[in-house]
Amino acid sequence: MGKTLSEKILTQKSGTDARAGDIVIATVDWVFVQDTTGTLTIRQFKESKHAGLASPQKTVIFVDHAVPSPNRQFSNDHHFLRQFAQETGCLFFEPGSGVCHQLVAEKLASPGEVIVGADSHTVTAGGLGAFATGMGSSDVAVIFALGKTWFRIPESFKIELTGRFQKAVDAKDLVLHLIGMLGADGATYKALEFSGDAVSRMTIPQRLTVANMAVEAGAKVGLFPSDDITREYLRKQGRGKNYVALYPDSDAAYEQTIAIDISNLEPMVAMPHSVDNVAPAHTLTGIKIDQAFIGTCTNGRLEDIATAAKILEGKRCHPNVRLIIAPASRKVLLDAIKLGYIETLVKAGAILVPPGCAACLGVHQGALGDSETCLSTANRNFKGRMGNPEASIYLASPATAAASAITGEITDPRRFVK
Amino acid sequence: MSNTLLKGKAHKFGDNISTDHIVPGKYAYLRSNLPELAKHVMEDADPEFVSRVQPGDFIVAGKNFGLGSSREHAAVVIKMSGVSAILAKSVARIFFRNAINQGLPVLICDTDKINDGDEIEVDLVAGTITDLTSGVKLTFGKIPEVMLNIMNEGGLIPYINKYGDFKL
Repeated sequence: MGKTLSEKILTQKSGTDARAGDIVIATVDWVFVQDTTGTLTIRQFKESKHAGLASPQKTVIFVDHAVPSPNRQFSNDHHFLRQFAQETGCLFFEPGSGVCHQLVAEKLASPGEVIVGADSHTVTAGGLGAFATGMGSSDVAVIFALGKTWFRIPESFKIELTGRFQKAVDAKDLVLHLIGMLGADGATYKALEFSGDAVSRMTIPQRLTVANMAVEAGAKVGLFPSDDITREYLRKQGRGKNYVALYPDSDAAYEQTIAIDISNLEPMVAMPHSVDNVAPAHTLTGIKIDQAFIGTCTNGRLEDIATAAKILEGKRCHPNVRLIIAPASRKVLLDAIKLGYIETLVKAGAILVPPGCAACLGVHQGALGDSETCLSTANRNFKGRMGNPEASIYLASPATAAASAITGEITDPRRFVK
Repeated sequence: MSNTLLKGKAHKFGDNISTDHIVPGKYAYLRSNLPELAKHVMEDADPEFVSRVQPGDFIVAGKNFGLGSSREHAAVVIKMSGVSAILAKSVARIFFRNAINQGLPVLICDTDKINDGDEIEVDLVAGTITDLTSGVKLTFGKIPEVMLNIMNEGGLIPYINKYGDFKL
């Protein structure tokens, strides 16, 4: 019997013949924290009796969730993290560098690696064929110390994608549709493994968007194969030598197979307060929005900002809508400036905020008022997520967010795209 | 684990209680001040919970408890509130590890049979849950051995401090 991607990677990293259901100890190639989970992780690491990091050059601290710091408490946390990095020699990404998951994709992750972050959206790097998953602070503190952790090898769902996206339909619509099918706990403890001819046409940014939201169906990991598109992406990032081809075996065992012809997808929206509560955008026309937010580890990449800029070119945001743009990294911001997207968006009325998580988690830079509604390109719309349990959050693609920012209500973007 | 017989009141919650309900992101600036953070436990699901909960009580939830963020603070503040175990129909993956890593039992059972406010007794060794108010008896799903060993040491850090490594 052949192996799934999860079984292959964890076989390699555990030195066992890993099969779904097995419990193994596997080495971890990259381990990281960010500024809202890092302080607890480091305190737990210090409580453990281990003197040093197993591998400082593979241990990373990102300061991205509250940047620049909105208050003294966060400033003190950032200082604490910075000091730990100086003491241990681990990698440290200062405020302004970007969202951890985008930086992992741009600078660190390679196919076949095991990556653990103290952040649930660590799954994003599955778009590059890495077994990447989120864990809590205790688990991550122990990986800091030992360079390894235990895993239960997940059973896998094969998600077979065929066809081509219609105009104004993108990876976000696909993953919202998939989560709607699976439910918010439909893949708990499982791996989602993507295959089919449509995958070989999906860019890395699109794969990262899909993998990013695997956790919203409860999955442990969302894995794409590593192919020529992966190779080209790594080469452009200066990591071409890290490329390895990685595919599941043709006779691998899957718990179930879900086939989706992406040609049939429409622009999709997740409604409050659950990511699996999805509907086509055109069925929600008339729902007024106060804020549109384009950014995050799900949809803050150059391609996303380009999509928004093309729709907003020569237009203005609706007077009742605040449009917030948060590039996912410094590189994304610089490229978007160079290509004129930022100028287009700012002229249309957008507010540009620094690379980072921004409004996504309700800390700052776009917290919602009572009874306000936000259309966001992020990955979560839980009650209270954007700082206020009395507010409503809808999730959609950058195209839908840009179109809705123009009209002031949830809008199917197809009429804005030629 | 020192105490294997748990007793307290049931505090019922519905399905899909996320980590944002348990420890809202807007309080992320308190994550280095756990006693302050703990004052907001479950706030976006039930703002009164923190004033009602007594040591030994249980959170009794529906399916997919703890979905969302990896913030272990969710498990930490529930434990700090005095809750002795979480009973749920199902639990999200990261939260499950986090709770066990904090030595906080998560017991999977048919929570529809338990009403809000019922007196509950849990025998962790026998694997039984008794609703002392209604007389209903339940069993809970087996916790995987690797996690049970961690839970029995009071959490992952005490476990690693004792054994120095993972013991499978």
